[in-house]
Amino acid sequence: MTIPLKPNPPLALPRFVILLRYSGKKALRLLLLMFAVSVVCFVLMKFSPIDPIEAYIGGEHASLPPEQIEHLREYWGLNDGFAVRYVKWIRGLLEGNMGTSIVYNQPVADVIAEKFSASLLLMGTSWALSGILGFSMGIIGALNRGKLVDKFIKLYCLTLASAPIFWVGILLLIVFSVWLGWFPIGLSAPIDATAAEATWGDRLYHLILPALTLSLTGVASIALHTRQKLIDVLDSDYALFAKARGAGKWLLFKRHGFKNILLPAITLQFGTIAELFGGSTLAEGIFSYPGLGKAVVEAGIRADLPLLVGIALFASAFVFAGNFIANLLYAAVDPRIREGARRI
Amino acid sequence: MNRRQKTLIYASFSAFLLIAVMAAGSFLTEEATRVDFARKNLLPSLGHIYGTDWFGRDMFIRTVKGLSLSIVIGALSTIGSGLIALMMGTAAAIGGRRVDACVNWLIDVVMGVPMLIFLILVSFIVGKGPQGIIVGMILTHWTYLARVVRAEVLQLKSSQYVIAARSMGKSNAYIALRHILPHAYPQFLVGLILMFPHTILHEASLTFLGFGLSPHQPGIGVILSESLNYLSAGQWWTALMPGLSLLVIVRLFDLLGDSIQSLYNPYKSHE
Repeated sequence: MTIPLKPNPPLALPRFVILLRYSGKKALRLLLLMFAVSVVCFVLMKFSPIDPIEAYIGGEHASLPPEQIEHLREYWGLNDGFAVRYVKWIRGLLEGNMGTSIVYNQPVADVIAEKFSASLLLMGTSWALSGILGFSMGIIGALNRGKLVDKFIKLYCLTLASAPIFWVGILLLIVFSVWLGWFPIGLSAPIDATAAEATWGDRLYHLILPALTLSLTGVASIALHTRQKLIDVLDSDYALFAKARGAGKWLLFKRHGFKNILLPAITLQFGTIAELFGGSTLAEGIFSYPGLGKAVVEAGIRADLPLLVGIALFASAFVFAGNFIANLLYAAVDPRIREGARRI
Repeated sequence: MNRRQKTLIYASFSAFLLIAVMAAGSFLTEEATRVDFARKNLLPSLGHIYGTDWFGRDMFIRTVKGLSLSIVIGALSTIGSGLIALMMGTAAAIGGRRVDACVNWLIDVVMGVPMLIFLILVSFIVGKGPQGIIVGMILTHWTYLARVVRAEVLQLKSSQYVIAARSMGKSNAYIALRHILPHAYPQFLVGLILMFPHTILHEASLTFLGFGLSPHQPGIGVILSESLNYLSAGQWWTALMPGLSLLVIVRLFDLLGDSIQSLYNPYKSHE
């Protein structure tokens, strides 16, 4: 009896369809997550002790007759059901209406746009710096495992991983601003100039210390992770085989190490965006850098709920977008995802 | 001395130091941090090893009190978070595919919101002070541990001895108590101890920004944000020492967690 040869399975979908489907799935997930965050924010707003009428009219609301207040409540839809209010709110959000900030007396969207450009500069700089530095430190540590350099890198990372970011910032401030006098204490632009007039030189000058703070503390996790991954690779059988054939340390790293440790490092670095947001909030506080972090603290202290919720939503969208990009990069770099169904 | 004994010594040393700090903090009374302008702004010396602040209060005593309050807040939030993690992780592991997907999704949601911003939002709504911090931390810190618990229980559930016990007709409760719990709890315990330093750091950060403890409560965050005002006067010691102490406490907890982990891990404990 002959077994009929199975015809080759038809070639799976073309590459771009796989990628498209993959990114579509991820985008759907992103939307679902944003929906959840918006519900959480809305529930939190609902339970907040702030009465919207009181917040907008201020102390004078006591002098308004109760019918007027009732009328206002009706007008603003405060008497509607929970779901109705949520739908109204989300519809407004989608149209770009995030409410008006009480502290800045401007639409929340405008405040966020203005502050975010400053924050983006700070976070982008320190993100790239800490990524490159941490990655190189991890490689150096792993290639010199057990030597003094490695011990020093490990000690540095473990210590900095447990150091409070704001404390590191204060120490930098003590050394560079108070003792050496190289930098002023605070403000990303000269106090007499408005933000628009500040030159790029000024901005960079005031960016150095906060970015340094975030980079110094940010290298820890990626360096330790990269070091461990590279050590795993160097301990593997294929590395041993390559060594047996006479490959040197550098060749081993170039041919086998680099590609294997790059992917996890990329994921990890994109995953730290959420933490970076928190870190930049602290760094902006210490160095009076006028970014989103400073605005969120201000909003929290002065009970500016629209701004607070707006920033929370925006920050999560930013973090999710970061994770989304990481997923896409993964698909582009990792042959197992890129080739997708074709291999199976 | 082998590594196991060394690890034991490390672990007991750090546990002892942490308990000592906590006990010392709760025995110190208001009297110890009395305002005394005769000895204000002193540099660190033998009498005041951390120096004194603008009001002549001894910085070492303030630091110890702050640390002990941090440890108490950290403990409460860790226990709360741990309970949530235990429930979520177990539910995800044994509740079927739907529950699993749900829990995983929830974890993604919580991890996606920048933690500090979420904490600010919660502390704004619950109210400032310890209760706001604790509620916020319980709501945010359970995610990592829930993943650990889920993975652990999933793995145990499909292990040979659990399958054997089930086919011998043992009840679910028996299996959970005799087979799953003894294997899962060391991981859980280690996860709890490693969560501790995070809660302490976040409490200090939140307080530093003005959302946690109020300025008259002892707290490292309070001390450091105060020190920011006196930096330009050259008072470096009010910032350096308390921050360094916080770092040491956090490191100690990390070491404690790591050493307990390597003691419990059968592959590592005899290295």
